[in-house]
Parts: sequence; C-alpha cells; structure tokens
Amino acid sequence: MRMRTIEISVGLFIAAGIGALFLLALEVSGLSLRPQESTYKVYAEFTDIGGLRVRAKVSVAGVTIGRVSKIGLDNRSVKALVEMQIRSDIDFITRDSIARVTTAGLLGEKYVDISIGGDFDVLGEGDYFESSQGALNLEKLISDFATSNL
Amino acid sequence: MPDAIAKIDPGNFVEIRGLSFSRGDRLIYDNIDIDIPKGKITAVMGPSGTGKTTLLRLIGGQLKPDAGTINVNGQLVNRLKRKELYLLRERLGMLFQSGALFSDLTVYENVAFPLRVHTDLPEPMIRDLVLMKLHAVGLRGARDLMPSELSGGMARRAALARAIALDPDMVMYDEPFTGQDPIAMAVVVKLIRSLNEALGLTSIVVSHDIQESLSITDHLIIVAEGRVMGQGAPEELREVGSEFVKQFLLGLPDGPVAFQYPATDIAQDFLQESGDLQAQGDSKESPHA
Amino acid sequence: MLDFLQRLGRNNLARLSALGRAGIFFFQALMHVPSVQSIPLFVKQLYAIGVLSLIIIVVSGLFIGMVLGLQGYYILVAYGSEQAVGQMIALTLVRELGPVVTALLFAGRAGSALTAEIGLMKATEQLSSLEMMGVDPLKHVIAPRLLAGFVAMPLLACIFSAVGVWGGMMVSVDWLGVYDGSFWGNMQAAVDFRQDIVNGVIKSLVFGVVCTWIAVFQGYDLVPTSEGISNATTKTVVYSSLSVLGLDFVLTAVMFGDL
Repeated sequence: MRMRTIEISVGLFIAAGIGALFLLALEVSGLSLRPQESTYKVYAEFTDIGGLRVRAKVSVAGVTIGRVSKIGLDNRSVKALVEMQIRSDIDFITRDSIARVTTAGLLGEKYVDISIGGDFDVLGEGDYFESSQGALNLEKLISDFATSNL
Repeated sequence: MPDAIAKIDPGNFVEIRGLSFSRGDRLIYDNIDIDIPKGKITAVMGPSGTGKTTLLRLIGGQLKPDAGTINVNGQLVNRLKRKELYLLRERLGMLFQSGALFSDLTVYENVAFPLRVHTDLPEPMIRDLVLMKLHAVGLRGARDLMPSELSGGMARRAALARAIALDPDMVMYDEPFTGQDPIAMAVVVKLIRSLNEALGLTSIVVSHDIQESLSITDHLIIVAEGRVMGQGAPEELREVGSEFVKQFLLGLPDGPVAFQYPATDIAQDFLQESGDLQAQGDSKESPHA
Repeated sequence: MLDFLQRLGRNNLARLSALGRAGIFFFQALMHVPSVQSIPLFVKQLYAIGVLSLIIIVVSGLFIGMVLGLQGYYILVAYGSEQAVGQMIALTLVRELGPVVTALLFAGRAGSALTAEIGLMKATEQLSSLEMMGVDPLKHVIAPRLLAGFVAMPLLACIFSAVGVWGGMMVSVDWLGVYDGSFWGNMQAAVDFRQDIVNGVIKSLVFGVVCTWIAVFQGYDLVPTSEGISNATTKTVVYSSLSVLGLDFVLTAVMFGDL
C-alpha cells in the first residue's frame, strides 16, 4: 500500500516537472508547436551596424517579419555583412528597398528596419539589398558637427 | 593472473597460509597459518583490538592481505575477480556485531532480501522459506516489525535468520555475545549450536567471551599481537597452552599481558616529568625577560 | 619551512587521492545504472530525493518570483518600461536562478540527507553486510540514488522556474497593474527556447550530476563515526554549493558569452 502512494507521488512529480517544462517552452518562450516556418535568406551590407546582434528582429513598418541570423565582415568591401531570415510569405521586398539599422526607443535594442521601395523586381533567396543605412553613431555625428563648424 | 583454484585439505573449509596484513603502520597479522575445520564450530578469540573482525573480513574478501593466501573451500579469496568473489559470498553468511539489518525494510523483507536478489523463486516459496528461517530463530511473530522496533538480541536473531536465508556453507559470527543480557546470550549460544548441527554448517565465532565460546566450540584459535598463540581443541589448550593462553582462558589481570601499558620505568618517569615542567616554566618566562 | 612544504604536499596528495577515488567510484557506480531489477529502488529514491524536496522548491520559487516582480517593477518603472518586467523575471529565472537556487536548495535538502543516510548505512555495517551477501552496494545502494538525483534536479528546476514566473506575474500583473499583454509579449519575444530554456535545463542537469555525486561519495567515503557523518554532511553542502556556483559561471560563459 505504501509503495503505491510512493509510486503515485513519483508519477505526479515527473508529470509536474515535464508539465513545467512545457509551460516554460510554450508560455514563456512562446515556442509554437507548429513546424518551423519556412524562410528565405537575404543579405545587406552596412558601413556600421552599431550594436546589432544575431537574433535581432527584422521588421517592416514595425511589424516583425524575420530575424538576423548571421553577422560577418565582407573582406573585399570591408563592410559588415548581415544575413537575415525573412518569412516566406513576405515576398514583396523590392530590390530598391532600404535596410536600416535602428534603435527601439532612445536606449533600446538595435534591429533592422526595412522600407519597401517601388521597384517591380523583388528580392529572393540569397539576394542583396542595393541600399542600406548603418547605425547612427552619436559620437561620430557630434565630432563631424564640431569639425565642420570650426 | 594466477589461477584462483587451489587444493584444500578435505577436512578443512578455510586454510590460511602465511597471512600478513597491516593497517597503516600497524602490523595486524604477521605471517600466520590458520585452519578452520569443516562442519565444526571454530572460535577465534583474543584480546580486544587484535583484529579478530579483520580476520573475518579477510576471509570474506572485503580486505586484501599484504601477503599469503586465504583458501575458502578450494578458492583463493585474495585472487578472485570481483564477480567470482560475489558469487563465492553467496555461499557465506555473516552475522555482524550490530546485526546490520536494513533499517528501511521490515524483518520479513530483510530475511527475504537475499532470496529476492539471488534467486528467481516465486513469491509463495520465498514466503515459506522466510517463515521457516524466522521460526528457527523464534521471530516468526515479529515479521512485520521494523528493525528499529527490535531489541538488540532480537535484531541479532533476525540478522541470523537473514544470514542463513540462502542456506550457506559457512556462517561467520562477529562478536555474537557482546552487549547481550544473559537470556539473549543463552538464546544465541543455543542457536549457533543447533544451526550448526541442523544445517551441517561450518561456523566461525569471533569473540572474547570465554565462557560462552568454550561452551559451544569444537576448535579454538587464540590470536594476539599479530600471531596465533594457540590452536586446537579447548581442553587440550587449557592443558598444554602457553602462559599467555592460560592467562587469557582464565581471565587473569596480570601475566604475560602486563596490566600496565608499555611505559618507561616508573621512578624515572616521575623524576623526568618534574624536570620537564621546570624546563617549561623556564622557557615560558624567558621571552618576557 | 620544510615542515610547511611537507604539510602542503601531504594535504594536496590526500585531496588528489580523494578526487581519484571519487572518480573511480562514479564510473563504477555508473556501470550499474541500467537494470530492470533496480526500477523499484529508483522509484523509491526519486520519491526521497524529488518528491520530498518539492515543497521547499515550490515555496522558494514562488517567493523568489514575487520578489523579482516587485524589485523589477520598481527599478523599471523609473524608466517607464515596466512592461519589460516579464522579460526580466523570465530570463533571470530560466537562465540563472532556476538552476542555481534549485541546486543550492537540493544540496541542503536532499544532498545532506543522502550523505547522512549512506553514512549511517556504512556506520551500521549495512553496506558491509550487503557486500558479504554477495550484493554490490554500488549497484544496490549507490546507482539508484545517483540516477534519481540526475532525473530529479532538472524536473525540480523546471518547476521552480515555472512557479517563479507565475509568482512574478501575480505580483506585477495582478497587484501592480502591468498590462498582461505586454508582460507576456515582451517575455515571449525575449526568451528563446533553445538558447535560454534548453540551456537552463542543461545547467540543472549538470548541477544534478555534480550535487548527487558529491553527496553520495561523501556518504560512501566517510569515517563511520557520528563525527565523521556530521563532517561529511557539512562537506556535502559546502562542496556542492561551491561547485554549483563555480560551474554556473563556466557554463554561463560558454552558453551565453562569446568565449
């Protein structure tokens, strides 16, 4: 009889532990049980990415459409090369769209914002943005301002 | 790897040859030979602290000797591989000084434990065997008690039932009489005797209770100071034994084993001590001076 | 001077040999882990180690989550970003406090009990009598306890974190009036399943192995006297806590840093 209560409570314990893990996965990290959405990769080169990190969001008009998947340095152009994964259903990023590294709020996180242009050609897997705008470097801005005024 | 199979005298169950064992810097056994005859009760006796329990652990293979061989029923214990050693131990029973019952199991489960681990017997048969063993030690009615509810004597009897659960060839008793009231002691004495006869066991009793041991033993071994002081039938030893054996068997306070712990000459000791204190007193004062 | 060097050498040799013994012990015990016969023993140990630690884990998790909610709110409200409190609570719990505090409580609650239990079995010759019965105590006593510890720790850590998040939500959303949509939204945007939760579980698994190993070895290796048992119990708690904190730094550096 005693062994039975022990077994039941151990069973409950394991169930509670696994339940807690599921809760953490679904509620806290927002993991969806649906299969991973299909994405395609696009690239952009920036003169300066500021504090942009891998996993930062990529958005159009403030709506998240993907995330930064890799950050590297292009050896020839000596610019930052950012790889982004965009959801497949977002198939209207035109070739003349501008990728811009911006900041959420004054001190918030860096993310990539895309302004859609008017070209007929759209970006596909492995394509590059033609124009981009790096992060706003406050210090550089101030020093430019100071030297030009003197 | 030398072969672990060896010849043994058919009259003996255990043969120990040239055994040396030391713990740290202390030599416990120095090149001793011991025979344990088959089917008899052998008492190993000696003053406290001479390593009688160590001898049982050596025979059981829990300790490895520094030199010599321990032959148990044709197998050299100190050369067996781990697995073979565990197989051999299933044929040996040991009664520990404290009983060593598993404190989280009932008396019944304690006795059933070796059966459950080593055999595939069906539950009804295990039950019959356990009740038989418990009946033999007079604890059939106490089967549902926990070890913490037993008195010292009952715990030892329950442990004895567990030790004989697998019908071993040999049972080793580690200080079975220590800390028992006279009645419980008499019960244990009777049990050792009757089990030995009923099951055809070889028994080794380690003890320093002379009267109880002499009343049941067929073969007596006296160890002290790392050596075997006497070996043989009790009557024989009492007659022809050395001074030490006589002192031990009669329980005299002084003799070859001196009453005093080894020390320097008493007169010198007292004189020196007062001299030392003087010197200490001097050195204590000198830094302040 | 020479005396000092000798003492230093002797102490370190003793420590090294203890470490070696602990390693051999660990691997010998692990060899015995898979066995059908030992499932009831394993369940019993899981009860003693896991279920009996549940109350302290749930209560501590709840209060730590509530305190995080309170403190986080008062710090963040000064910047007008109190919606981020959810992300702060969740990340702190899942990455750090969940595994670490669970391991510390585990060492104090279950680890010390394991050491004392095995030590007492040694002192009362139960381990010896198992050996003399032809039953390997590593298999029968040690292996089920090790395995139960490995399994219990990650489960306890998950329960701790989940209860903590719930406690933090109770304080910040229900009492302090943070908008619950942004509470959960920010949290889900910031917490990544693989990066944060899986790494947290891996941490607690490592802590589980280390804490149980220390506890069981201290019990098995102790001097079988009442003083030896109390010394070993203290050692279990101290060594486990220190190893958990030290390992936590190493693991964090490897998992979240760019080392």
